[in-house]
Amino acid sequence: MIIQGKTNKWEIVCGLEIHCQIISKSKIFSTASTKFGADANQNVSFVDAGMPGMLPTLNQYCVYQAVKTGLGLCAKINKYSEFSRKNYFYADMPTGYQITQFQYPIVGEGVVTIDLEDGTTKEIRIERMHIEQDAAKSIHDIDPHKSFIDLNRAGVGLMEIVTKPDFRSPEEAGAFLRKLRSILRYLETCDGNMDEGSLRCDINVSVRPYGTKELRTRCEMKNVNSVKFVMQAIENEAKRHVEVYESGGTVEQETRQFDAVSGQTKAMRKKEFAHDYRYFPEPDLPPLIISDEYIKQIADELPELPDAKKNRFVNELGLTKYDAAVICENKEVAYFFEKAATGHDAKKVANWLMGDFFAMLKRKNLTIEQSPITAENLGRLVDLIEQNIISGKIAKDVFEIMSETGENPEKIVEEKGLKQVTDSSTIEAIVDQVIAANMDKVEAYKNGKTGLFGWFVGQVLKESKGKANPQIVNKFIQEKLG
Amino acid sequence: MTEITQLTIHETLDGLKNKKFSTVEVIKEYIKEMEVKRSLNAYVLETPETALSQAKESDNRYFQGKERRLEGIPLGIKDLFCTKGIRSTACSHILDGFIPQYESSVTANLFSSGGICLGKLNMDEFAMGGSNETSYYGPVVNPWQQNRNLVAGGSSGGSAAAVAANICAAATGTDTGGSIRQPSSFCGVTGIKPTYGRCSRYGIMAFASSLDQAGPIAKDVRDCALLLNVMAGYDAKDSTSANLPVPDFTKVLGQSVKGLKIGIPAQYRPDGLNEEISAYWDKGIEILRSAGAEIVDISLPHTQYALATYYIIAPAEASSNLARYDGVRYGLRVDGDHLDNMYINTRTEGFGKEVKRRIMIGTYVLSAGYYDAYYLKAQKVRRLIRDDFIKAFKQCDVILTPTSPTAAFPIGDKHMNENPINMWLNDIFTVSVNLAGLPALSLPIGLSADGLPLGLQLIGKSFDEETVFRAAAVIEKEAKFERLK
Amino acid sequence: MTIDKQTVNRIAFLSHLKIDENKIEEAQDEFNKILNWVEKLSEVNTDNVEPLSSVNENSLVCREDIVIEKNQADKILANAPVKEYGYFVVPKVVE
Repeated sequence: MIIQGKTNKWEIVCGLEIHCQIISKSKIFSTASTKFGADANQNVSFVDAGMPGMLPTLNQYCVYQAVKTGLGLCAKINKYSEFSRKNYFYADMPTGYQITQFQYPIVGEGVVTIDLEDGTTKEIRIERMHIEQDAAKSIHDIDPHKSFIDLNRAGVGLMEIVTKPDFRSPEEAGAFLRKLRSILRYLETCDGNMDEGSLRCDINVSVRPYGTKELRTRCEMKNVNSVKFVMQAIENEAKRHVEVYESGGTVEQETRQFDAVSGQTKAMRKKEFAHDYRYFPEPDLPPLIISDEYIKQIADELPELPDAKKNRFVNELGLTKYDAAVICENKEVAYFFEKAATGHDAKKVANWLMGDFFAMLKRKNLTIEQSPITAENLGRLVDLIEQNIISGKIAKDVFEIMSETGENPEKIVEEKGLKQVTDSSTIEAIVDQVIAANMDKVEAYKNGKTGLFGWFVGQVLKESKGKANPQIVNKFIQEKLG
Repeated sequence: MTEITQLTIHETLDGLKNKKFSTVEVIKEYIKEMEVKRSLNAYVLETPETALSQAKESDNRYFQGKERRLEGIPLGIKDLFCTKGIRSTACSHILDGFIPQYESSVTANLFSSGGICLGKLNMDEFAMGGSNETSYYGPVVNPWQQNRNLVAGGSSGGSAAAVAANICAAATGTDTGGSIRQPSSFCGVTGIKPTYGRCSRYGIMAFASSLDQAGPIAKDVRDCALLLNVMAGYDAKDSTSANLPVPDFTKVLGQSVKGLKIGIPAQYRPDGLNEEISAYWDKGIEILRSAGAEIVDISLPHTQYALATYYIIAPAEASSNLARYDGVRYGLRVDGDHLDNMYINTRTEGFGKEVKRRIMIGTYVLSAGYYDAYYLKAQKVRRLIRDDFIKAFKQCDVILTPTSPTAAFPIGDKHMNENPINMWLNDIFTVSVNLAGLPALSLPIGLSADGLPLGLQLIGKSFDEETVFRAAAVIEKEAKFERLK
Repeated sequence: MTIDKQTVNRIAFLSHLKIDENKIEEAQDEFNKILNWVEKLSEVNTDNVEPLSSVNENSLVCREDIVIEKNQADKILANAPVKEYGYFVVPKVVE
């Protein structure tokens, strides 16, 4: 995206830092539960509360999840990594420091391919990914003089993914977040729910004159919690920079707040005292060393990821790139599709899925797991059409019934007698009947109003309650009208 | 007959097994003695009721023949250990009234082996100090020549004094730069800082995590070995604890040191070393030589940099470890109009001068622009110091040095207090061992001309406490040091 | 290296400690004495020496992903100077 300023063309330079809560039963450095939504301070261990003398112990499943995620980001897995302390006072940080990884993260450089609306793809480079503990989440806005501290979230495992400043438009950032979320969900390493805060995004934005390679001062916006807001924040912050530069000003390096209501960013009320995190190696945890075998074992267990699945759907099942991308974004949809398409016409299944099926889910406000129509039944429905047992039109009616009852389409067609009539003599009789009843129109047709052909077909189908095979109907009408 | 409270642990265990006295009798004797000697200020909290009820259980166990390794032994616990349901404050104002809901692993090991808690022992605030004068509860008085008002050493001053004064059979200590060994030397008792990782740090309030290690202070070498048997062991709750078997340390006591190579580091005899101390060091060397050991001159060339290295690394870690004391979840709170001011008010009032000094130094050496020059540099020198020992131990099996460059000095000593560095210099013989993570024991070798105990230090290879104990037992036997009655 | 008053104030701020205005000079003086003393380390050649942050030579041993503590809010809050409705209560956080 090029921003046209008053005097110049500008280009956005944007990078993201994404905090992803790791799916695990217990916290990364303690044995308290990670469950979301418990009463205040229920899921807190003495370690999480920063009690004197307490020590962290590393949850092996968090390491497993991190390696899995790293592999999913096509990234280098570092067999040697270290934990460090990041020191700062904060109400939600009981120990006064966060255990994180600094110099030696567990995951190195990787890449994520994003799909853009024009059908092209772009590679976004991942700088690194490290694991660390989440902060608590307290209540600061119900009392004018007090804050209420709840440590339940303190110590939940996080993966922090840092991209290179590769985004040139808000759309690219949006596409990246959707792709990342999709990968995480396929991997089952993070549930990706931005509204519950299990995926949180920090944005770094700067601009530069179009065509140059310089890097100008960037501003950071922390904890933006939806894809839409991320895109808005990038666009509006970039425009702000352009305005500042074009009016002769300079952009100050700062952390800004994104206001979801106005869509604008604003300077923080309290200027943050320049932080000095005083990172140093966490003396309570020796270095983390993982083996090639361990990495290989996880690589072998890796599920098929959205890009691979998409390519397979295109190459083996003949789906269009667009359809395949839409279907593969969501793991549950992709799995549903594969089940429905197995043994049936995949392209037709895809059409039904993306058309009537999605419309039905939307109308009923259901997730795909809650769909009354099973994948198998959707496949059967497509088969009924393919085998000329029902027409496309009847199929829509059958689909309606399926969406109400969840019944097998074969059973519905059988019980309701919706089978297509393919018996020539029956159809011929109806055609004769329609012609006999509309001799005026036959006359008109013969006098050149050939457009009436379709009307005759429609009448016959109507008489047959839609069950007559349209090809046979066509054949007879053509014959009889000459 | 000797008073019960003057007995060692192994003598007390003998008496209990042979029904010469009951645990309740033992505990009552100690409680009486504690009351008499309150002027020492060794205990900051006495727990006589729980001690007596535990004693009854111990007697029951003796009656049933189900006694455990330390059944009925009255122990003092340094206030740095979190003890479940018993106030634990690290002798800091900032932990006023803190009652842990959990037990440190080391004390849990002791109590589940039958050890009985008599109370919590005085110490330098957060173990930062060498004279016990930084305690919020005031200094401990050295029981030797009590009228002279001398320090007991630090930071485990309460532990060493209580053992010397017979107001506990033995005590727990912790040692970050000499905090077990130096007070042991000042009070004429025996203490060992085991190898880093030998004892779990879980539940011990952290001072400098990469240096801190718990250990026993006791009346003799055998008691130290007995206690360490119980205190040591792998603990999954401490990721730095060593997953190694714990040998029975008492087994090596009495074994000959014939052929053992004793390293004598030249750098530990600087110009101006106190002559008495130098002479006692020679006496220790002579004892081992006469017992058949081989004396080897060794070099630890980076010794002179150990103190500066230590006083960068320890405060750096401390500045982070002590960030959790903020008035939110436990201990003292001094209000403020908003959160940051509450933090600042609490910490400013809650921490003592020495602790604040170290927090600030630690903060400084870790801060942007100074990290490389101070903290990173110190870590590099730390490696050189450790490598010195690795090299030295290719030539010898155990190293013998003095424990401290001085005997106990007066409380409020002007020289010691006019400049913090003067006090820190007291750690000169002890800090290298912590930087290298090695085991080291201090035992009394004799009295100075004016009647104060002096100690020698034995330093072992990593996880070779056995050789340390073996050599210590030989010196102890010949030194014939007389404990306080 | 010597440090100025401003640095003393900044270090105090980072440490969340307050130094009385009339004690700053004393603190600065003491700071400089100590830094001067540890300066001794600059004599040591540490080219090609790896920093040693722990004598522990083991690599990290991880634990199983199991939940042990359940509903122990009462123990977590037992020592709280101020608590309400199961929360720790502190003076308002200024953002």
